Amino acid sequence: MTDLLAGLGRRSLDFFERLGRGHLFLLRVLASVPGLVRRPGLVVKQVWSTGVQSLIIIVISGAFVGMVLGLQGYNTLVTFGAEESLGLVVAKSLLRELGPVVSALLFAGRAGTALTAEIGFMKATEQLSAMEMMAVDPLRRIVAPRFVAAIIAMPLLAAIFTAVGVLGGYFCGVGLLGVDDGSFWSQMQAKVLLMEDVVNGVVIKGVVFGAVISWIAVFEGYDAVPTSEGVSAATTRTVVHSSLAVLGLDFVLTGLMFN
Amino acid sequence: MKNTRTIEITVGIFVALGMAALLMLAMKVANLSQFTEQDGYEVRAYFDNVGGLQTRSAVKMGGVTIGRVTAIGFDQSRFQAVVTMSIDQAYNHIPADTAANIYTAGLLGEQYIGLEAGGEEVELKPGDELTMTQSAMVLEKALQEFLYNKTVKSEPK
Repeated sequence: MTDLLAGLGRRSLDFFERLGRGHLFLLRVLASVPGLVRRPGLVVKQVWSTGVQSLIIIVISGAFVGMVLGLQGYNTLVTFGAEESLGLVVAKSLLRELGPVVSALLFAGRAGTALTAEIGFMKATEQLSAMEMMAVDPLRRIVAPRFVAAIIAMPLLAAIFTAVGVLGGYFCGVGLLGVDDGSFWSQMQAKVLLMEDVVNGVVIKGVVFGAVISWIAVFEGYDAVPTSEGVSAATTRTVVHSSLAVLGLDFVLTGLMFN
Repeated sequence: MKNTRTIEITVGIFVALGMAALLMLAMKVANLSQFTEQDGYEVRAYFDNVGGLQTRSAVKMGGVTIGRVTAIGFDQSRFQAVVTMSIDQAYNHIPADTAANIYTAGLLGEQYIGLEAGGEEVELKPGDELTMTQSAMVLEKALQEFLYNKTVKSEPK
């Protein structure tokens, strides 16, 4: 019984310790972000490895999600004789929810894990300690560029995902199922708002999700137990935690934005 | 790792692609380019019942969209709904005695305001009120009247 209580206490202390360390880490990363103005090349390189390399999976999944939305939306709408609203359904659901959320989940899997593994192995092979030895701050040199790059890349990927998805829905609805071309676009254009849907959905959600994913990814890497097992456990935690964080935050953001 | 120049070029292309996607969403999907509320003049109309009319619903004349509903409110002194609509500046020769009706696109479709030109020579000015209005058809009301007429007719038998 006492063992159980002691275990419970230890677990919760560990939890709060990690929570606190994570936030202190975030503050230290944010403090070293302004120094990047003098080294933009570091950020560009990371945008390449997080953003550009995630492009193919984002484009392909966006096209398929849009096409599935086109098919499913058509099946539902046609029973009400409202298949002209297909464009509206596809665009709104992609802009507000599916675009930012699905691309964030893919981004966590594609780029977040790579960040954690890379930083974790740098720690395991003692490259980070070597840097400190040479009076190079690893936070400024390694962590901050990756953090900023993910925040830049994520909203752009969400926008690309959404745009490709709308085109996929157009291809399925108009090309395959014979919805009227004009009303597909006009219904969409009449009801989709720039601030409410495009900026709130893709841009703000994209930036927030990007920040959360990259924070979790770099923290897990930096905080990993410096062994092969430790790095693999940290990579798993990155995917689990950032997916949960994205879905939970999405609920909060949706509640704040659209009610 | 590839050399720096290739990386910079591909990142540039990636950022341009993302921006292009955002621009497409703003222009093509949210239709920022076609109709903005600023370049129109505002006209008011009172209705007994606006039904399912919403802000941004279309204002049509002869089936052509010439403006949008910008605000819907309730006037407590007249107990009527007041609808403010913005009409595109290009359409500035509309007679002052134009009638405004609320129509439904299709049986259950969205509702819009249909304007029918009157015969007067005075033109509509910004801030004017359209006095001749006809409310939205509410399906329940129409059904009620229909059923009422049915029962009244069948009673004498």
